[in-house]
Amino acid sequence: MISVSRLHFSYDGKSEVLSDINIDIDQRSTAIIGQNGAGKTTFIKILKGLLKPGSGKVTILGEDTAKRSAAQWAGVIGMVFQNPNDQIFKKTVLEETLFGPLNIKMMPKAARENAMEALSAVGLADKTDSNPYDLNLSDKKLLCIASVLAMNTRVVIFDEPTIAQDWQGMERIKNIIKALKVQGKLVMTVVHDMDFVAECFERVIVFNEGKVLLDGSTDYVFTQTDILRRACVSPPHIVQLGALAGLRRVCLTEDEFVLAYREKRCEELGVS
Amino acid sequence: MMLDVRRINACGLNLEGCGVKKIIVEHLKYRYPQSTELALNDISFEAEEGEKIGFIGCNGSGKSTLCQALTGLVPHFYRGAYGGHVTVDGMEVMSSSISEIAVKVGIVFQNPFTQVTGAKETVYDEVAFGLENLGLPRGEIITRADAALKLLRIDRFKDQAPFSLSGGQMQRMAIAGMIAMRPRIIVLDEPTSQLDPQGSDEVYQALDDLSAQGLTVVLTEHKIEKVARYCDKILILQNGRSMAFDTPAQLFSAKNTEAWGVRPPVYTRVCRELLRPPAGVYPVTLAEAGEALANWEVIL
Ligand SMILES: Nc1ncnc2c1ncn2[C@@H]1O[C@H](COP(=O)(O)OP(=O)(O)OP(=O)(O)O)[C@@H](O)[C@H]1O
Ligand SMILES: Nc1ncnc2c1ncn2[C@@H]1O[C@H](COP(=O)(O)OP(=O)(O)OP(=O)(O)O)[C@@H](O)[C@H]1O
Ligand SMILES: [Mg+2]
Ligand SMILES: [Mg+2]
Repeated sequence: MISVSRLHFSYDGKSEVLSDINIDIDQRSTAIIGQNGAGKTTFIKILKGLLKPGSGKVTILGEDTAKRSAAQWAGVIGMVFQNPNDQIFKKTVLEETLFGPLNIKMMPKAARENAMEALSAVGLADKTDSNPYDLNLSDKKLLCIASVLAMNTRVVIFDEPTIAQDWQGMERIKNIIKALKVQGKLVMTVVHDMDFVAECFERVIVFNEGKVLLDGSTDYVFTQTDILRRACVSPPHIVQLGALAGLRRVCLTEDEFVLAYREKRCEELGVS
Repeated sequence: MMLDVRRINACGLNLEGCGVKKIIVEHLKYRYPQSTELALNDISFEAEEGEKIGFIGCNGSGKSTLCQALTGLVPHFYRGAYGGHVTVDGMEVMSSSISEIAVKVGIVFQNPFTQVTGAKETVYDEVAFGLENLGLPRGEIITRADAALKLLRIDRFKDQAPFSLSGGQMQRMAIAGMIAMRPRIIVLDEPTSQLDPQGSDEVYQALDDLSAQGLTVVLTEHKIEKVARYCDKILILQNGRSMAFDTPAQLFSAKNTEAWGVRPPVYTRVCRELLRPPAGVYPVTLAEAGEALANWEVIL
């Protein structure tokens, strides 16, 4: 669905922030992880068309991104910014959420419906008249998510969606991602929270100093501890515990862990 | 008894066998201007020299507000209605100015972006900014700024423009600027929300080292596994009220913290499901859970 080949990028024309990236993004939900400054945000800004590749090619749904402007791609690819202050600019929560859909020429009625539905999904339906700047960081982040959901784009990219979220907020975001998958959308996220990656994403791409260091299914990637260490990543808590407990298979969720541990103890005790 | 200790501490003396109280919060109540509800409702707790305290709770429970109350931004900057007492390093917040308190208490804000002054052109100058304001000699400023940049591993970016940093690099810069000031009490509001996992562990390790040197550390964090691993005590907030103040092990073993919107660490959760604890206390860290899973009786 998205194809990136021989992509290079530099901000200052001297040091390369991305060098020779080759990735095919398929229908699997994908998490991009890696150390601070590895180039993750830069990479997705290029996909979104906010930055132009230095060299190389990006195609979305078979079409070269260079052939259309970022504005023309807006209806296809939505992106939630890492820092909400870079995204938010309207005076009320509702106006902010309506901006995207109206901007891509959605009919006002549909735009409104989408906006309200998105605000409900993130739990901000009762704050439509609030000024976005008065919101707490967690709500600002949720507002940014709603604004992108309301556009109903084919591709949805999140940059650090879980920043500042409590348990309930995390659950909301997990549900949103699961719902997007069910709707057949392409979901990508850049994130440092590995527990979240383990629970919600099928594929993991590890960036390191502007290059792809590792790419594979989530359970595979999280067993590659030595490579992960080079990218300043540690596996999810539950995976670390599984390794310590000597479980034979990788468990990405608590439920899987509980099952696998019981099995192991039963075997040891000779009970079935 | 408690008052006596405080009076003695205010004179800079230590009481044998009794830690020096660095933070004393007594019946603190606070309401933001134009708000109808109390953001902090009768909060009391104390922290000793070298202690690490974690504030946890749902979004909007009052963690950031309580952090600001330790720096004097609440009430001096935000105004609003204020009751009770907050004493930091022997200084009563209500009767001291923000700049007096800033010498003793450093803070890293929740969104590192809001910490950048915007007045400085390089990361180095940004980190040195606070030191210049302290009126330190040039050599001392250079030594401290360099050390802080190295500690947070952003020395490579010292000539870069602050706003061009990646999110995590910016958060590192905010922490570096605060640590360079060497306050006796440091307050960090979700300090590692944008750090890579190893960077986050490194910051917590650095906080451990600083507290071993006698600094008192207060932080907020949604990653409960981190708080349980690194903090001596945890204060749970809900709707501006203090629900519990205890060690991580006591808190997560004995209490049903879910009712306050806080899930125990995943290590505690799986052990609760799987094991019978010999002494009634559940593990809260990876190492403890590993031990327990290897040795305790399993519930089949
Ligand atoms: N506008 C800019 N000008 C110059 N350098 C920049 C600019 N934006 C980013 N950089 C640099 O490019 C590198 C990659 O930044 P990017 O934001 O893509 O990292 P990231 O992987 O998203 O990191 P984080 O996990 O901290 O968000 C960093 O070293 C950063 O300092
Ligand atoms: N500047 C402000 N003016 C008015 N009300 C505020 C202000 N800042 C926070 N509040 C309110 O005070 C309460 C406590 O907010 P606070 O930011 O301290 O919570 P928190 O626990 O830090 O939340 P989070 O986990 O989202 O950071 C909330 O109801 C919030 O809406
Ligand atoms: Mg980034
Ligand atoms: Mg807060």
